[in-house]
Amino acid sequence: MSINRRQFLRRAGMITALGLGSSFIISGFRKKEVAEAAGFAKAPKDLPAKRWAMVVDMSKFKTEADINGVIEACHKLHNVPKFPNTKDEIKWIWKDDYHHTFAGGHNEYLDDHVLHSPFMVLCNHCENPPCVKACPTQATFQRPDGIVAMDFHRCIGCRFCMGACPFGARSFNFRDPRPFIEGEISPDYPTRTPGVVEKCNFCYERLADGLMPACVEKSNGGLIFGDLDDPNSEVRKIVSTKFTIRRKPELGTQPSVYYLVGGGEDA
Amino acid sequence: MLEKALSGSKRYWIWVTLLLAVIAVGLFAYMNQFNNGLGVTGMSRDVSWGLYIAQFTFLVGVAASAVMLVLPYYLHDFKKFGKMVILGEFLAIPAVIMCILFIFVDLGQPMRIMNVILHPSPRSVMFYDMIVLCGYLLINLVVGWTTLGAERKGAPSPKWVKPIIYLSIPWAVSIHTVTAFLYAGLPGRHLWLSAIMAARFLASAFAAGPAILILLCFIVKKVSKFDPDPGVGAIQSLVKIVRYAMIANVFFYILELFTAFYSNIPEYSAPLRYIFFGLDGHTSLVPIMWTATALAFLGIALLVFPTRKNGAALTVGLLSIITANWIDKGMILIVAGFVPNSFERVIEYAPTLNEILVTLGVYAIGALLITILYKVAISVREEKAS
Repeated sequence: MSINRRQFLRRAGMITALGLGSSFIISGFRKKEVAEAAGFAKAPKDLPAKRWAMVVDMSKFKTEADINGVIEACHKLHNVPKFPNTKDEIKWIWKDDYHHTFAGGHNEYLDDHVLHSPFMVLCNHCENPPCVKACPTQATFQRPDGIVAMDFHRCIGCRFCMGACPFGARSFNFRDPRPFIEGEISPDYPTRTPGVVEKCNFCYERLADGLMPACVEKSNGGLIFGDLDDPNSEVRKIVSTKFTIRRKPELGTQPSVYYLVGGGEDA
Repeated sequence: MLEKALSGSKRYWIWVTLLLAVIAVGLFAYMNQFNNGLGVTGMSRDVSWGLYIAQFTFLVGVAASAVMLVLPYYLHDFKKFGKMVILGEFLAIPAVIMCILFIFVDLGQPMRIMNVILHPSPRSVMFYDMIVLCGYLLINLVVGWTTLGAERKGAPSPKWVKPIIYLSIPWAVSIHTVTAFLYAGLPGRHLWLSAIMAARFLASAFAAGPAILILLCFIVKKVSKFDPDPGVGAIQSLVKIVRYAMIANVFFYILELFTAFYSNIPEYSAPLRYIFFGLDGHTSLVPIMWTATALAFLGIALLVFPTRKNGAALTVGLLSIITANWIDKGMILIVAGFVPNSFERVIEYAPTLNEILVTLGVYAIGALLITILYKVAISVREEKAS
């Protein structure tokens, strides 16, 4: 049997379409099974919550050392590298002064002490996270407990989330981070590859083991962590009875990190 | 028809070889970036998008501008554009391909690009941008190739292609609108958070795109026997489009300036103050922006006055408009969107040599594709003429 070029191309095209189509059908079924198998059981010690939130009690951070210890605890646990060049910098939790943390409402008559006192900054785990909306692969997603998490294996490194985040909470691995991890590599959290975005995860890996986030543990009561949805939780009590502020509340993202600035007194 | 691109004069081959050489250099630079990460670029934690995404933004406009020929020709039966429509479509195809390449080279994990399709995210504007860009590429490939193929055989275009041509008109508008939405929907980036962003994008696209097309027509006229505008005034009609689009573009920009400066809200004016006057002593974009401003007005002036009929003055005018638009959209708009950063600190960006070489490489791929497609179109026309 002889066929001409046109016929050959037509048949080849049909067979290719058939092959692609059936592979989709097969992988479609398989994917479902995998999804079911992956429906992981709840960790026995997992701390339950509807919306994790944090209160930063500014009265408890007296010295730079108090803050640096907290930063160190987090960065050590999560294998956050230290790059010599600030351009490549990765930060999960860090400090900035009042004036820059609460950019926008600058009051020039504020006391120098307030203006320059260091504030802890980290991902706000917003209730309406713009980064999650922006992500084209759902590599950044919101968990049922409110934590905004990252899948480092799905992230394509487009950095749309970095443009979307109004808090500058996200860092990108511009270079291979592994050679820049200081000291021993922590076995409790995976290291990252170049080309993916990362940020604070409210220590979900510790919450699953029934532990508080590393920064909270290290903060000597300066950071209070709990379920905002629970009326009896400490964070809820502080937020509802004392004067707290949040970064850029006017954007409507509903940040879950509150700053208690008035010290212990009621508002 | 593609075989037409395989035979050409010596000059043609020298040009193709030159482009291949630039592509090779770009590829080499890209391999360096691929192996060492995006750290080889000037982008940072604070300015996380740079030259690549800016080129993408600019080129989406160039791609969309084909509609400025398609719409008058097919909807209003504006016969003057008859010979140029195919050149517009064949400019759109390489422009979209360059857009896709600029997104690709900007990715930190390019091998995972298919995740966008594997895990479709209908809440992300990027998802829609992928759909409209791929669709626009397909539409222009089908329409351009079919109409040219029919013309070669001396037959009218098949009937089924007409609805696709009509579809290409709103589709062209959609690609630039969706691209504007990438930026205009982000809270906290005040330079971008503007309802007029998509309108600005379209205006600047319809100025820069046809301007590039006119210059390409001049080149075609020089290097081939085919005249895309044999005394019918198609180019002068396009010049009018460029002129009004550019005036609209400048007008829209002034609207932005008014709102930002008269309202006196510091966050809104901060990026514009950075662009035009510098902020906290950082002024690297200031001379570039004023150059663009001067070129924009020079270009408009040259196209408004009778100088537009003068070959040399017209070329200068068009080049001014293209450059002004390129500076505005292909550089400053994206970079200054991140300045000042979320902490109101000014961290500046400048592209590195490696980044520039990759960019040139992508542009060379685009130029090569334009060369091949134009060669095919011109050869078909020359064949018909002889």
